[in-house]
Amino acid sequence: MLIDTFLFNFGQYVLLLKTAVAKPERFSMYYKETVRQMDAIGVGSVFIVILISMFIGMVTAVQFADQLGDSFVPTYYIGYIVRDITIIEMAPTITCLVLAGKVGSNLAAEIGGMRQKEHIDAMEIMGVNTAAYLIMPKLVAAVFVIPLLVAISAFVSIIGGYVATVWPGTLSHTEYVLGLRSYFVPRYVFMMFVKASVFAFLLTSVSCYLGYYVKGGSIELGEASTNAVVVSNVLILLFDFIIALLLT
Amino acid sequence: MIRTIDIEKSFGDNQVLKGITTEFYDGRPNLIIGASGAGKTVLLKLLIGLFTPTSGQVMYDDINIFDLNKKELRQIRMTIGMLFQGNALFDSMTVGENIQFPMDMFTRRTLKEKRMRVDQCLEMVNMEGINNRYPSEVSGGMQKRVGIARAMVLEPKYLFCDEPNSGLDPQTSILIDKLICDLTIRNNITTVINTHDMNSVMGIGDNILLMKNGHVAWRGDKSQVLESDNETLEDFIFASPFLRRLREDALKLRHGE
Repeated sequence: MLIDTFLFNFGQYVLLLKTAVAKPERFSMYYKETVRQMDAIGVGSVFIVILISMFIGMVTAVQFADQLGDSFVPTYYIGYIVRDITIIEMAPTITCLVLAGKVGSNLAAEIGGMRQKEHIDAMEIMGVNTAAYLIMPKLVAAVFVIPLLVAISAFVSIIGGYVATVWPGTLSHTEYVLGLRSYFVPRYVFMMFVKASVFAFLLTSVSCYLGYYVKGGSIELGEASTNAVVVSNVLILLFDFIIALLLT
Repeated sequence: MIRTIDIEKSFGDNQVLKGITTEFYDGRPNLIIGASGAGKTVLLKLLIGLFTPTSGQVMYDDINIFDLNKKELRQIRMTIGMLFQGNALFDSMTVGENIQFPMDMFTRRTLKEKRMRVDQCLEMVNMEGINNRYPSEVSGGMQKRVGIARAMVLEPKYLFCDEPNSGLDPQTSILIDKLICDLTIRNNITTVINTHDMNSVMGIGDNILLMKNGHVAWRGDKSQVLESDNETLEDFIFASPFLRRLREDALKLRHGE
C-alpha cells in the first residue's frame, strides 16, 4: 500500500515536471512571474537567512573552541573549522531546511489555494499550461536565488564565528583570519553550490506538486502545506547524503 | 454547436453520467438543470475537457475534443469563455488585470489596445471605471459581471457558466441572466449554463436539459415547461405548493378559463 502510494505520487510528480518544462505561451509573462518569485523567495528570505546563519557560525565557533580546550590543536583551527563546516554542510543544508519551512509551505499553500478557488481551472480553460505557468517560474527563481542565499549564509556564518570568538578574546583577529586562509579546498565551494541548487529544486518542485494536486478544503490545504515541509526536509537530508557520497 | 454522443462517466464504481446524447445550439442560452447530484457539474466539466469521459464523445463543430492532443485542446480552449460559480477571479490582481490576463497570455496587442479592450468589456457588463479595484473590493454581483467580462475578452465562440446566479439576490440574478442572454444572441455564441435558478429557466431557457441521476430526464424550452406532464420536471421546477398553485393559475390563464 505504502509502495503503491509512493509509486503513484512519484509517477505523478515526474509527469507534472514534464508538463511544467514546456515552451512558454508568452515569454514576457513567464519572465515577469519569475522576477516576482525571485523577489518573494530571495529578498523575502534574506533576513531570516542572515539571522540563522549568524547564530550557526557563532555556535559552531564557540563549541569548537570549547572542544579544543587545552589541547595541542592550534587555536587558529577554529577559523578553519568554521569555514569548512559552514561551506560544506551548514550553509546549504540548514538554509534549505529553513527555506523548506518558509518558502516550501508558502508555495504549497499558494498553489493549493489557487486549485481550491478554481483559479487553476480558470487558467486551464483559457488555454494556459498551468503546470508550466505556475511551476516553471518558481523553479527557475528558486534554483537561481537559493544558491545566492546560501552563499550569503556561508559569508554571514563565518562572520558569526568571528564575532563569537574574536570579540570575547578567545582568539585573535590574526589567528581567526589565518584559520580561514588555511587548507582551503575550492571544490568545497562547488559542492556547496551543487547542494544548494539540488535542494532548491527539490523543495520547490515537491511543494508545488503537493499544492497543485491538493483536494478538499482548508484542512487538506494545511496538510499539503505541512507535507511540503516534511517531505522537502527528508529529501534534502537524503540528497545531502547522496551528494556527500558522490562528491567526496 | 456542441454535441455530446453517448457520454458516460464513472468515478470508481459510481456511474455519474449514463449515456448523455444532446446538442447545445449557437446564439441562444442552453440550460442544464437538475437537483444536486444529478451530474450537471460533471457534464459541464466534461464539455470543457476538464474531465475525460469513460466513453462517448464531445463534438465542437464536428471535432471530438477527446481525440485532440494537449496542444490542440489548448487551441480549442482559447475559443472558450467560462464563468465559474465562485468567479475564480485572481485575488492578487485588480479587476482590470484580471480581464487583461487572457490577452497578456495569448495576444500580441499593445498595452494601449489591451486597456481599450478591458474598458470595452467592462462597459459591456455596465461596470465602467472599476479597473483599479481588487475583486475583494466589489460586491458578489459585480464580481460575476467582471467574471463575464473576463470570459468575453477574447471574443469566445463558446461560453460556459456554472451557476451564474448562486449567492445573488433575485434582481441581480435577472440582470446577470439578461446580460448573458444578450451577449449570446449579439455574438452568436454557444452558451451553456448550469443552473438551479427557476427565474433563469423561465426567463432565458431556450434549450433546457433536465438531468436526473445521470440521465436526461426532460428536454424542451421555457414555453413547454408549464404544459409538460413530466413528473421529474414538475417535481423539480414546481417544488413548492405556492409554485404549483401559480402554475395552475398560469395554465388557466393560458387556456382562457
